[in-house]
Amino acid sequence: MADLSTTIGSLRLKNPTLLASGIMDEDAGSMQRMIDCGAGAIVTKSIGMQPREGYANPTVLELEFGLLNAMGLPNPGIDQYGQEMEKLQKSKTPIIGSIYAADAEEFVALASKMEEYGAAGVELNVSCPHAKRYGLEVGCDTTLLQAIVSSVKQQVRIPVFVKVSPNVVNIVEIAQAAEKGNADAIVAINTVKGMKIDLETAHPILANRTGGYSGKAIKPIGVRCVYDIAQSINIPVIGVGGITTGEDAIEYFMAGASAIQIGSAVYYRGPDVFKHVCKEINVWMDKHGYKKIAELVGAAYQ
Amino acid sequence: MNIPAITTILTSTTDATDIKTITFRYLGTAVPGQFFMIWIPGVDEIPMSVSEITKDVKGITFRKIGDATHALYHLSPGSKIGVRGPYGNGFKLTGKHLLFVGGGTGIAMLAPAVEQARKRKLKSTVIIGVKTKNDLFFEDRLRRFGATVLVSTDDGSKGYKGFASDLAKDILKKEKIDAVFTCGPEPMMKTLLSCCRTIPFQASLERYMKCSIGICGQCCVGNGLRVCLDGPIFDGKTLKKVEDFGVYRRDAAGRKIPF
Repeated sequence: MADLSTTIGSLRLKNPTLLASGIMDEDAGSMQRMIDCGAGAIVTKSIGMQPREGYANPTVLELEFGLLNAMGLPNPGIDQYGQEMEKLQKSKTPIIGSIYAADAEEFVALASKMEEYGAAGVELNVSCPHAKRYGLEVGCDTTLLQAIVSSVKQQVRIPVFVKVSPNVVNIVEIAQAAEKGNADAIVAINTVKGMKIDLETAHPILANRTGGYSGKAIKPIGVRCVYDIAQSINIPVIGVGGITTGEDAIEYFMAGASAIQIGSAVYYRGPDVFKHVCKEINVWMDKHGYKKIAELVGAAYQ
Repeated sequence: MNIPAITTILTSTTDATDIKTITFRYLGTAVPGQFFMIWIPGVDEIPMSVSEITKDVKGITFRKIGDATHALYHLSPGSKIGVRGPYGNGFKLTGKHLLFVGGGTGIAMLAPAVEQARKRKLKSTVIIGVKTKNDLFFEDRLRRFGATVLVSTDDGSKGYKGFASDLAKDILKKEKIDAVFTCGPEPMMKTLLSCCRTIPFQASLERYMKCSIGICGQCCVGNGLRVCLDGPIFDGKTLKKVEDFGVYRRDAAGRKIPF
C-alpha cells in the first residue's frame, strides 16, 4: 500500500482528493456526506459578503464530454454560512473556505470570518467565468490580484490558496502574481468558458447564456496549465479539471500537482468517487513501485 | 447528454382556479413520483412531477404561482417547451390497502401512483385536502380509477371540515392500512408521519432545485440527501432523521426559510 497522504504547505491531508468548490457544499450536511465518502478535504461553495441567489435555470447541462454550468455564485452570505461551518468544526477533515469578492477589503473580511469559523484554509475564487464584477475580472489583473492576496495574507494565519482561470492569455503570469502576494498554493484550473445553443429555438440553453465547462473534456487543458504553472513558481499546485479516475489524478501529479480536486466526477461516478479515485491511485502506485505522492509530483519535467 | 429536448404542448386543460394540466409528447417510461425539468426558453426551468403517464404522452399539473408557472399557464397547445428527465426515484407501491394523502396541488403527482395501484388491483383510499372546494381537482379522475376518494376542506365548503392529516388519522384508526403515500405541505406530511407509527410511509419532498442531476447541492436535506436524485420520495425511516423535514427549506441563496 502506497502512502496517499500529501501536504500543501503547512496543511497535511490524509489523501490527495479534495472536493472542488461548488459541488455539494452549500450546507453542512452535504459536506459531511462528502467527508463520509472519503474526500481528503472539502472546499466550500464560494461565499460572498451578501446572500446571492444566483441565476435562473437552466444552470447545469450535461453535454457530450463534460458539464456546462452557470450557477451565478449562489450562497447564503458569509454571516449565515457560519452556521454551516460551525456544524463541521469538530471534523478531522480540513474545510477550506472558498470566497469571492470584488476588492481586497471584502476578501480580507471574508477570509477573517472563515478563519474565525474554523476553516483550515481559504481559497480565493478569482476565476469564476460567469459572474460580473467578481471572479475573472479580479483574476486577470495581476497588480490587483497580488494586492488582494497580499492583504489577505497579512490578515489571516491559515493557508491562502488562489484558484486561477484558464480563460486568460497567460495563466502563468496570474499564478506568479499570486505567489508574489505570498499565496500558499495555486489551484488550477477553474472552468473553461463555453456555450450551448438549442437548435430548435435558437436559444442559448443556460439562462446566463454562457457558462463554465468542466469534466473530462477539459482535462488536457488543466494538465497543461498545471505543467506550466508548477515549473514557474515555488509554491504547491492543486490540480483540478476533469479528474474522474485515479489515472487522471496521477497525470496531474506528474504535471506538478501535489493534490487534486474533484467536482464533475461526483456526477459521473457518484459521491463515492473519492474512495474510488484513492483506491485507483493506490493500485497504480503499487503496480509502478511508487511509495509516496511526492515521488510523482512533477515527474513529467524531463 | 442531459439537456432539454424541445417538444410541443398537446393539450392545456384548466383543472381548478389557477390550476392547469398540460400534456406533451415524450417517449419513454416514467414512474409515478418522478419529475421532469420543464424549460420555458427565456424564462426559467422548473421541476414538475409527472401527473399523467401514457406510453407516448406525459402530463404535468401546476398552480400559477411564479414566473415560470405563469408563463406555462398561458402557453397554448402547439407551443414549444423543453423537457428533460424523468428524474428522481418514484414511489414503491407495496401493501394491499394503500392510503394516499394529497394536500393542495400535491394530489397531482399522487394521481398516477393511484392509477398504477388500481391497475394492480390494490385497494386505494385517497384523501384530497384543499383550502376550499374551488381548489379541488382530480376527484372524478381518481374515482374513475376505482379508488375511494375522500375530500377535506379547511373551510368545510366540501367534505370533511379540517386538515387532511386529521381525516387521515381517522382512517388509520378505522381501517387496516398497509402503507401511506403523501405529497403536500411539509408540516402536514410531518404530522401524518407521526400518526403512522409502524406503517410504511413515503413522502414526496419539494425543494428549490437547480442542477437536477445531484451535484450543485441546492436541494439537499439532512445529511446530504439530494431531493433531485436520492429523492424526491423518501421513506418515513429516513425522514425521521432529517432535521429539515417539516421545519425549514432553503431559498435560492441557500438561506433557511421556516415552513
